[in-house]
Amino acid sequence: MRIAYFPGCTLNTTAKGFDNALRASFAALGAELVELPEWNCCGATFPLLVDNMLDLVAPTRVLLAAQRQGDRLAVACTMCYNVIRRTNNRLRSDADALEKLNYFIEAEYRGGVEVLDVLQILRDDVGFEAVQAAVKKPLTGLKVAAYYGCMVLRPPTEVAYDDPENPHALDDLLRALGAEPVEWPHKAECCGAYLAVKSKEATAEMSYRILSSAQRAGAQAVVTNCPLCQFNLDKQQLDMGRRHGGYQPVPVLYFSQLLGVALGLDTADFGWERHYVDVRPLLESLG
Amino acid sequence: MRVKLSAMRVRNDLVRRIEELSGQDLLACYQCGKCSAGCPAAFAMDLLPSQVIRLVQLGLVEEVLNAKTPWFCAACQTCYARCPKGVDLSRIMEAIREIALQERGDYLVIEEIPAEELAEFPQLAFIGGFRKYTA
Amino acid sequence: MAIAPIQRVLIIGAGIAGMQAALDIANAGYEVVLVEREPSIGGRMAQLSETFPTLDCAQCILTPRTVEVGHHEHIRLRTYSEVEAVEGQLGDFRVRIRRRAAYVNWEVCTGCGLCQEKCPKKVISDFERGIGPRKAIYTLSPQAVPNKPVIDRQSCIYFERGKCRACEKFCPTGAIDFEQEDAIIEERVGAIIVATGYDLYPLSLLGEYGYGEVPDVIDSLAFERLLSASGPTAGQVRRPSDGAEPKEVVFIQCAGSRDPELHKPYCSKICCMYTAKHAMLYKHKVHDGQAYVFYIDIRSAGKRYEEFVQRAMEEERVLYVRGKVSRVFRENGKVMVWGTDTLSGQNVEVAADLVVLAPAMVPKAGSDVVAELLDLATDEHGWFTAAEANLQPVETKRAGVFLAGAAVGPMDIPETVAQASGAAAQVLSLFAQWAERNGNA
Ligand SMILES: Cc1cc2nc3c(=O)[nH]c(=O)nc-3n(C[C@H](O)[C@H](O)[C@H](O)COP(=O)(O)OP(=O)(O)OC[C@H]3O[C@@H](n4cnc5c(N)ncnc54)[C@H](O)[C@@H]3O)c2cc1C
Ligand code: SF4
Ligand code: SF4
Ligand code: SF4
Ligand code: SF4
Repeated sequence: MRIAYFPGCTLNTTAKGFDNALRASFAALGAELVELPEWNCCGATFPLLVDNMLDLVAPTRVLLAAQRQGDRLAVACTMCYNVIRRTNNRLRSDADALEKLNYFIEAEYRGGVEVLDVLQILRDDVGFEAVQAAVKKPLTGLKVAAYYGCMVLRPPTEVAYDDPENPHALDDLLRALGAEPVEWPHKAECCGAYLAVKSKEATAEMSYRILSSAQRAGAQAVVTNCPLCQFNLDKQQLDMGRRHGGYQPVPVLYFSQLLGVALGLDTADFGWERHYVDVRPLLESLG
Repeated sequence: MRVKLSAMRVRNDLVRRIEELSGQDLLACYQCGKCSAGCPAAFAMDLLPSQVIRLVQLGLVEEVLNAKTPWFCAACQTCYARCPKGVDLSRIMEAIREIALQERGDYLVIEEIPAEELAEFPQLAFIGGFRKYTA
Repeated sequence: MAIAPIQRVLIIGAGIAGMQAALDIANAGYEVVLVEREPSIGGRMAQLSETFPTLDCAQCILTPRTVEVGHHEHIRLRTYSEVEAVEGQLGDFRVRIRRRAAYVNWEVCTGCGLCQEKCPKKVISDFERGIGPRKAIYTLSPQAVPNKPVIDRQSCIYFERGKCRACEKFCPTGAIDFEQEDAIIEERVGAIIVATGYDLYPLSLLGEYGYGEVPDVIDSLAFERLLSASGPTAGQVRRPSDGAEPKEVVFIQCAGSRDPELHKPYCSKICCMYTAKHAMLYKHKVHDGQAYVFYIDIRSAGKRYEEFVQRAMEEERVLYVRGKVSRVFRENGKVMVWGTDTLSGQNVEVAADLVVLAPAMVPKAGSDVVAELLDLATDEHGWFTAAEANLQPVETKRAGVFLAGAAVGPMDIPETVAQASGAAAQVLSLFAQWAERNGNA
């Protein structure tokens, strides 16, 4: 299987490890992510004002680039997925908007591209059973908290491919890898997203709630599919001990990193050095 | 102080503008509070999300323009996902931010962010932040 | 009309509505065929503990009625049965009824209960709303009318594996009959009353409230069973997870009601009242417990209803919190409730021991089949619609077919009974007109 792939700015830079691990894992599973030959930033947030057409231009360009490659687009970054998918929904349901945007981009996007999250592709096209069969180093004994954030769940009618209140796709994948996903209540609570740039206090508090709940449930690591969640949760821990005495940091990983590890791939370029809370000791303890 | 309600006040220009920008029917909200109850950022807000809508219903837009709440909405959509009336509060918050940004200028000054932090932020955090906090 | 119209009535559903109509008509001297899907009669009311606003013991006021229906010379009771086909018209309906195989010969069964005692197979009971057991051979309750058991083929060990027959071995009358088959019964009637009642909205559709995931989140009917002396805890309030007495109990109203976006747009009308009752009865049982009721508005528009709610607040010290709960989840052995109090503008959290949800009322499963059989109109939610909402609330567009009780929409017992008597009066009026015409002819 080959599928057109949009990595997005963040996976091209700070979350390069997410991207490397993902591509390598997909390749090992016989699914090739073919990066769009030309692409641009999607804009990172879906414009919420009715008449804000301008901010739809960038994601429409991405859709146009995808249309040239076929009818399906894989997106790894959950924020990009959210923006591109919602833009696509709008263009498909609003002929007026489609016409305006086509005029802006001086091309014809026809609305035919299916925007898919990479986890969804793993589940529906590759299949978790196939993933399980390909596992070389099962993550036996590793207790993980699957954390979904907002972007692949809400708004449910527009973007969710999972149960929006009790999502389980990521838990199921981690189980297929041999890990033990813990039951915990804050899988889908918001980490604060871009509040990080304006209010450290708010993001720190939101991250703390999530991380402390995961740890109460016994998780040794938090696993996510969102680069902004990963950043917030990981980085906020640096001075969490100061705010919350006795707090013990917990590694925050991308699911693709664990996927690559379980598939027995070379993990040298998985971006371990980028993590604020070092992941390696935990992985080494797995043997 | 007693707030004077009148046709002028409850349908004032800013109320209409919020409705237009957000595409939401403010009077659809029946003030059940479910949005507030689930809002993950409510602890940092000075008005609960449902109070923001309520004030706009009453025509008291100045109060929400002065509030912190719209700036703390993370657009997480938890409220919208569960709202029994299908009110998309994140759009109302964006509309209020838009009016505030136009009237009062940027909420975020890039120079205020320490350079080393700026370098660390994932792209999407500051692109997102700038979209939300600057005109 | 060529042949004289038949002065008999078919009533579908033997809840309090169907029973009331049956008794009214039978006591006037006419014959009633009363068809009930369950093994015994009483409907939802048989599951209730006490009734608002009088706090009468539901079982105590219901049992005389069920017994009367069970013994009435003019009532032919067909339980464990459903109507399969209806032909004809006003004055002469031909009805085919399928009586499911009970695998027990009710003619000889004495209702001694030994079979239920000896049956080794325990299953979760629907009647107990999932918080209590029954056996594979069962009656709904010890007060069941008729008090004769049925074998649930799905869970019976003999039907599954070909051996067991414990019930057969112990039955003193030889009533067990594994060879029994469904029976088809034909009846002719002149009029029909539909009284199929209601169900509760499936709470699995409200994922944010944790029902089905968190054992100590239960629905209102389960709470009725917890309060009932005949229920699985013999009337003690115990939470399902560990049997402990809950000290902090949260009641959440409007779970799925008044929610046009995601669930049901209408108000279910009775849940404000029964929630006040629940909170009150809880306090009667657990004196040192704290009850919280999360509500949007309180609907208590009935005789002595508002007084009842105020009593819950003042005398029973129930704390009413105005705001909808957004999320319920389990953490640290508690059921965490995230709500808001819109009156003070504060978000609130309760670490509860038990959460009781008041789900929307919805039409009884299978009422769409009944509607089709009888060619009756239903609204967009599946409730039966009356011929004319204002002046003909129990009549339908189909001549000779009437409606009673919560099959029409959310309704409490007094309204249900009044409606059922109304439907019975319509039928009796028809019968009287026919008698007069025949007499004159
Ligand atoms: C938790 C709770 C507490 C309540 N407490 C009170 C209270 O305190 N006071 C009060 O006034 N009201 C109370 N009510 C409301 C009360 O339950 C109803 O008003 C009443 O049960 C309605 O009676 P009914 O006969 O119309 O319907 P039901 O009780 O639902 O009876 C319908 C009967 O029809 C049968 N049936 C359905 N479909 C078919 C079919 N196709 N073929 C054959 N049979 C069929 C069913 O098996 C059932 O026996 C409460 C309700 C709930 C949920
Ligand atoms: S959840 Fe919806 S209806 Fe309820 S207060 Fe919030 S916006 Fe209004
Ligand atoms: S979208 Fe904004 S108001 Fe709504 S729940 Fe999220 S942070 Fe709160
Ligand atoms: S043991 Fe026999 S007689 Fe007694 S209740 Fe069971 S079937 Fe009826
Ligand atoms: S009766 Fe009360 S609890 Fe029930 S739906 Fe209506 S307002 Fe809500």
